[in-house]
Amino acid sequence: MSFIVNGNAVAGPVDPRVSLLDYFRETLHLTGTKKGCNQGACGACTVLVDGERILSCLALAVQYDGREITTIEGLGEVETLHPLQTAFIEYDGFQCGYCTPGQICSAIGMVAEARRGVPSNVSADLSDSVMLTREEVQERMSGNLCRCGAHNGIIDAIQATITSERATEVTA
Amino acid sequence: MSIVETAKQAAQGLMQGAMEKLVPLAPDSWIPGGRPDPLIAHKHGLIGTPVSRLDGALKVKGEATFSAEFRFDHMAYAALAYATIPRGRITAVDSGAAEVAPGVVLVMTHLNAPRMNKPGVFGSSPTAVGPADLPILQDDRIHWNGQPIACVLAETQEQADHAASLVRFTYDEEPSTTSLAGAKANGIEQGLFMGQPLLNEIGDAKAALATAAHVVDQVYRTPRHNHNAIEPHAATIAWVDGELVIHDASQMVTAQAQTIGEVFDLDLHQVHLTSPYVGGGFGSKGLWDHQIIGAAAAKLAQRPVRIALSREGVYRVVGGRSLTEQRVAIGATADGAFEALIHTGLSVMTPHNNMPEPFILGTRTAYACPNITLQVEIARMNMLANTFMRAPGEAVGTFALECAIDELAADLGMDPVELRIRNEPDKDPTSGLSFSSRHIVDAWLSGAERFGWADRSAVLGGRRDGEWQVGMGCATGTYPYYRMPGAQARITLARDGDTVRAKIEVAAAEMGMGTSTTTAIVAAERLALPMDRIEVGYGDASIPGAIMAGGSQQTAAIGAAVIAAQNALVGELLKLAGNDSPLAGLSADEVGSEDGGLAKRDDPARRESYASILTRAQRDSVTVTEAASQPLELMHWSMHSHSAIFCEVHVNAVTGETRVSRILGSFDCGRILNPKTARSQFRGGIIMGLGMALMEETQFDERSGRIMNPSLAEYHIPVHLDVPDIDVIWTDIADPHTPMGAHGIGEIGITGVAAAVANAVYNATGKRVRDLPITLDKLM
Repeated sequence: MSFIVNGNAVAGPVDPRVSLLDYFRETLHLTGTKKGCNQGACGACTVLVDGERILSCLALAVQYDGREITTIEGLGEVETLHPLQTAFIEYDGFQCGYCTPGQICSAIGMVAEARRGVPSNVSADLSDSVMLTREEVQERMSGNLCRCGAHNGIIDAIQATITSERATEVTA
Repeated sequence: MSIVETAKQAAQGLMQGAMEKLVPLAPDSWIPGGRPDPLIAHKHGLIGTPVSRLDGALKVKGEATFSAEFRFDHMAYAALAYATIPRGRITAVDSGAAEVAPGVVLVMTHLNAPRMNKPGVFGSSPTAVGPADLPILQDDRIHWNGQPIACVLAETQEQADHAASLVRFTYDEEPSTTSLAGAKANGIEQGLFMGQPLLNEIGDAKAALATAAHVVDQVYRTPRHNHNAIEPHAATIAWVDGELVIHDASQMVTAQAQTIGEVFDLDLHQVHLTSPYVGGGFGSKGLWDHQIIGAAAAKLAQRPVRIALSREGVYRVVGGRSLTEQRVAIGATADGAFEALIHTGLSVMTPHNNMPEPFILGTRTAYACPNITLQVEIARMNMLANTFMRAPGEAVGTFALECAIDELAADLGMDPVELRIRNEPDKDPTSGLSFSSRHIVDAWLSGAERFGWADRSAVLGGRRDGEWQVGMGCATGTYPYYRMPGAQARITLARDGDTVRAKIEVAAAEMGMGTSTTTAIVAAERLALPMDRIEVGYGDASIPGAIMAGGSQQTAAIGAAVIAAQNALVGELLKLAGNDSPLAGLSADEVGSEDGGLAKRDDPARRESYASILTRAQRDSVTVTEAASQPLELMHWSMHSHSAIFCEVHVNAVTGETRVSRILGSFDCGRILNPKTARSQFRGGIIMGLGMALMEETQFDERSGRIMNPSLAEYHIPVHLDVPDIDVIWTDIADPHTPMGAHGIGEIGITGVAAAVANAVYNATGKRVRDLPITLDKLM
């Protein structure tokens, strides 16, 4: 079996017990994806599989044959950061930095979900397209824990990035 | 605690007591901070401008290397097995199945672990930071339910985890104390903190309370808490030529290396401990059993080892904040003047550590009152040793005190802000010392105005928004200014052509507070170099000195060490400058750093650049290392930070759910060095305070002594939707007696928050909850 990680084809593990998270960290040496709880409770290990956010600690690597996976190392370009990464720095959306890669990957997946019209628990109207209000973003990011308390900066960074993306779309 | 340890503590206490009598009498000019730091007068430099974290790009790319991300060739993975009884002996170990499991390298228990010295328990010496006064894997004794009793090494983590689950233990269980009632029945002792009793008696509070016109007298309870840094504790360890290399997550690199060294009979220079990034600490990232077990296993197996605790493992191995039961009684006149203030109660610790949760510390300096009784007593329980957690003492102490003041204000029919200002002291009410800097009234007034406190309804349950009851509450937060001895700084000026760069090295820790960035800002200002010419080294025990990221003191400790090092650097540069320099003949006192060089303070035309001095002296670099002054200022002034916390809650009348809709922190914490990272520190503390108020509790099974919710799924902390946009303001008034005029700000944010929330809940509903957390069931 094999999958694609950040654009590179990678053989999967031999031991079927290995999670995607441990495979990244211990075999591929991609340690940007973090282990916070190893039981799906904190979101630190969030990565994107074919554009959807998943918790890599709850994912057995052997389940992902043929899939395309993006980790924090695969965002942005070699010389330039992804706009959301830049916004996290600008809005101080982290302190220790340990939950940060998961927050960023989760936010990218979250915006895609909203654009597909997936409602959340706080969506007022399930028939309408989703407006990413502050409350919507907070609700949809609540699976990503932060203990340093950078919540305000994280939400500010995400909202600023969404707003500037919209502006780009309008002007383009 | 042995009799010897107790005697040692008492002796330290006496010594400190004598110093505390003499230092206050000394003239200000003899005391560090007696002459204000010249940087306080720099008004238009980098200090006070918002600067993004210098390590930001690394962190958002996932390239900052945490302790479990270092690698060694041929590394084995560790997994632990934990005791399932609270007290007793291991009578048999069956490790047969584990030893033959695939990939297993070693099964280590007390039967085969290398002989090691007992780590010195925290506080037993200036360098000891061990978790408890207990040997680790050296005998068959069980001291707490969850104690690590076996370590399995295997080729992969999966193999190690599986094999650890196969080790079987037979126990001979002994009587234990795992209930609060049982612990109290065993006897209550006076709590000792830093060698001094947690006891203050001024006047006769009991008599004054009995005759006071208005009285509140209530008991408040706070549960156990865990730090829950998102990075679990981990270490990557190797023995290289008989020396120990350990990549750790540490708030105290030097002391940790020293204590580990003593365990393995190594000198400090033989323990190479690094900790460049710490994924959150809050008091928890210190020395616990796992680093010593990991190092022992690496020694026995002759393999490098990664020991990364599972989340459950963190709860079993790393202690948290202990529970408290606090009585607060206040007697006041009809116009609200305090006549009696009693804040007493009990916390719990183990037979093997000494950390009485010191919940009276903030009360000592809080309010003017002629009759004060403060006391922390302790009972002992067989459990994992408790430890420091963000604002130990003040976090839970301000909950009790500031709720009681709110209760008194209600009884008096007085505005609670007014009541607090009414009782503002003009000197420290318990020590009698002058305050170095206290602008709490400014913080109260500016906070009240910005928050719109005047809109609060004094009628309980007076505001309603559909099914939500809306209320406002407030509380005072407080945390001391500390500066611990032992800090050093090393400054290297290096020349490349005409360009001079400076490297500042301090044995400090960066857990996300922004220390490395702030240190660069301050160093740039102090050396008069652009910030992009400054490099900061930290998180490495090989750097001289010892600095702890604890007690919110790191910024002050670094600040004082850099002051000393810069003074030494000026002296050294003047020597190198020689007789041909415009600076010739000047003494170090007359010279300061200016615009990339040195200049005479009162005649800046007499100047020479660093590059020119080094070039003429034919030097590529100059290095100085200097120790900070002794922190005598702490005994000369009463030095504290303050805050006024305002909060608005919505409480659902149907479900009892509390949502914090607005919160504002108005801080009086000296001069703010980097507003960007400071705001994050304040907000972070406030958010942890919201968790304490509404959801956080480490659930402890009183039958077995086992923690029942060792998981981020079951120990709830605030998530994004729980956190409103937090408003933070500050007085920005420099403390004239501290380096840079600054105070540490890592802990004050959590203080006062739980009380402000509880007081707002009372204002919204009329229900007074005196035991945290304020969960739905308590409001239904």
